[in-house]
Amino acid sequence: MIRVREKYGDRMTALESSYLTETLKGLSITLRHFLENTLTRKNTVTLNYPEEKKPYPERFRGLHRLMKRDDGQVRCVACMCCATVCPAHCIKIEAGEHDDHRIEKFPIEFSIDWLRCVYCGLCVDACPCDAIRMDTGEHPKPQIDRNGFLTTKIDLMKLGGPSVAVQGGVRPDNGEG
Amino acid sequence: MELLLISTLKVILVFAIVLGALSPLAGWAERRQSAMIQDRVGPNRASIGGFRAWGLFHPIADVIKLMTKEDFVPATRNRYLHTAAPMIAFWSAVVTFAVIPFGPWLQIANLDIGVLFIFGIASLGVYGATIAGWASNNKYSLLGALRASAMMLSYEVTLGLTVVGVLICFSTVGAQELVVAQAGPIWNWGIFKQPVAFVLFFVAAMAATKRAPFDLPEGESEIVAGYFLEYSGMKFVMFYMGEYIEMFLWSALATVLFFGGWQIPWVPFEGQTWYEFAGVAKFLAVLVAIAFLQMTVRWTLPRFRYDQVMDLGWKMLLPASIGNVVVTAVVIIATPAGGVLQRVALLVGNAVVVLVALAVAAAMKGENKIGVTTEALRTQRSEEAVH
Repeated sequence: MIRVREKYGDRMTALESSYLTETLKGLSITLRHFLENTLTRKNTVTLNYPEEKKPYPERFRGLHRLMKRDDGQVRCVACMCCATVCPAHCIKIEAGEHDDHRIEKFPIEFSIDWLRCVYCGLCVDACPCDAIRMDTGEHPKPQIDRNGFLTTKIDLMKLGGPSVAVQGGVRPDNGEG
Repeated sequence: MELLLISTLKVILVFAIVLGALSPLAGWAERRQSAMIQDRVGPNRASIGGFRAWGLFHPIADVIKLMTKEDFVPATRNRYLHTAAPMIAFWSAVVTFAVIPFGPWLQIANLDIGVLFIFGIASLGVYGATIAGWASNNKYSLLGALRASAMMLSYEVTLGLTVVGVLICFSTVGAQELVVAQAGPIWNWGIFKQPVAFVLFFVAAMAATKRAPFDLPEGESEIVAGYFLEYSGMKFVMFYMGEYIEMFLWSALATVLFFGGWQIPWVPFEGQTWYEFAGVAKFLAVLVAIAFLQMTVRWTLPRFRYDQVMDLGWKMLLPASIGNVVVTAVVIIATPAGGVLQRVALLVGNAVVVLVALAVAAAMKGENKIGVTTEALRTQRSEEAVH
């Protein structure tokens, strides 16, 4: 058995059902909001978007960037881990042989299709040498054609910076760093 | 020749005020005001040379857009009536401004039947809505048109009857004469003689403009856009502008009837030039204030259900307005004209009308439409809930 209590049923008074007082109450609310928002923007929640931005949360996965070595070269060793794990197949890496025998491989071309990317962050997890990160806090800007979203290694490196992570398990204190 | 020139000048001035300033600004003010009420920012993007002016350029952008827009018409329309409908709606709204006395000088035509002329022409506006709905050959348009005509029938009666009380008080129907009769101290204004009539007039006028909370003919959540569903481009704008102009028309009429028109309280008009300008400014200030109130009500109340609109019109507003006419007529005949006694008696009469209306409403509360008392209904409901 369910007990139901009728709370606001037909118990309006004649004054309430004449609309008069209730309309005045409503008007006082709307006018208060109008004055407050006109004079001080007190309750206004809308942002004037491009000029005012709400910062993204710290762990927001935004645009990728390719990190650099101390000498400015790309950290990526073209191991293909990110391209393999990528569920959207948006990473294309063309590997090449590096002159430095300690580095062996490096990407001649590293491109990400930001239209295909699902921003899952698996590439960042998969990377063994902290070469790719998604911590720019930005999202792709609008482009006038699809090719604009196809980002090359140069652009990705421009977003990147030097990484302090130690690469390839080689420690600086064993004389090879 | 000179008369023609002056008349032309007046026509240009009045229509510059109404069509050039008030209506475009109303669109901006309404969007901006609703934004402020709803804790938003509102339109502020249209800019000329990087200068935005709080979105004041949006009306210009809107006009350019609407003028260059395709005039899309349904193939099954009635060709002539579909084109004529927006003209009727727009014309009837605009032409009534001919008798509105903006100032002692600024009135296009001082007709003897001033207020009656306004009612006669403004009632024609509903033909625009009705014809538009029928000629569009669309079921939603037709429903909107039927709603518009039914609502107009219900509220035009109240609208006319509320004005009768004021006309009895000032014993004239000429618009300019009504304003002149309200000269002197502020308690000579119509609102201090007929406060109930003002409230009734305000509500009925809002219904006559077909704006929220009485926008059933549009009812976008039920019948898409109602009677102007099949209109686009400038034809649509004519309905839209007509609606705004009608809003200003009723505000202007309320100013004339209840707020002394261009009369500045306690300051007599003896042909001073500065008074003519100050009077027009005062008239427009009151007009804008009433229009602002109408807009605020729009963003305060939700739309009435159809039967609620009819109940409000026929069961509450109409009896109250008839009672007001009777009480006013009795008081005017029974008391010496222009005395303090008459003023007090009018206010007492108004209070009596309000109290009787509320008492009747309270007495009717006990019964709902099918004749079951609410107490019985509640018992029945709670029994059903228990089982």
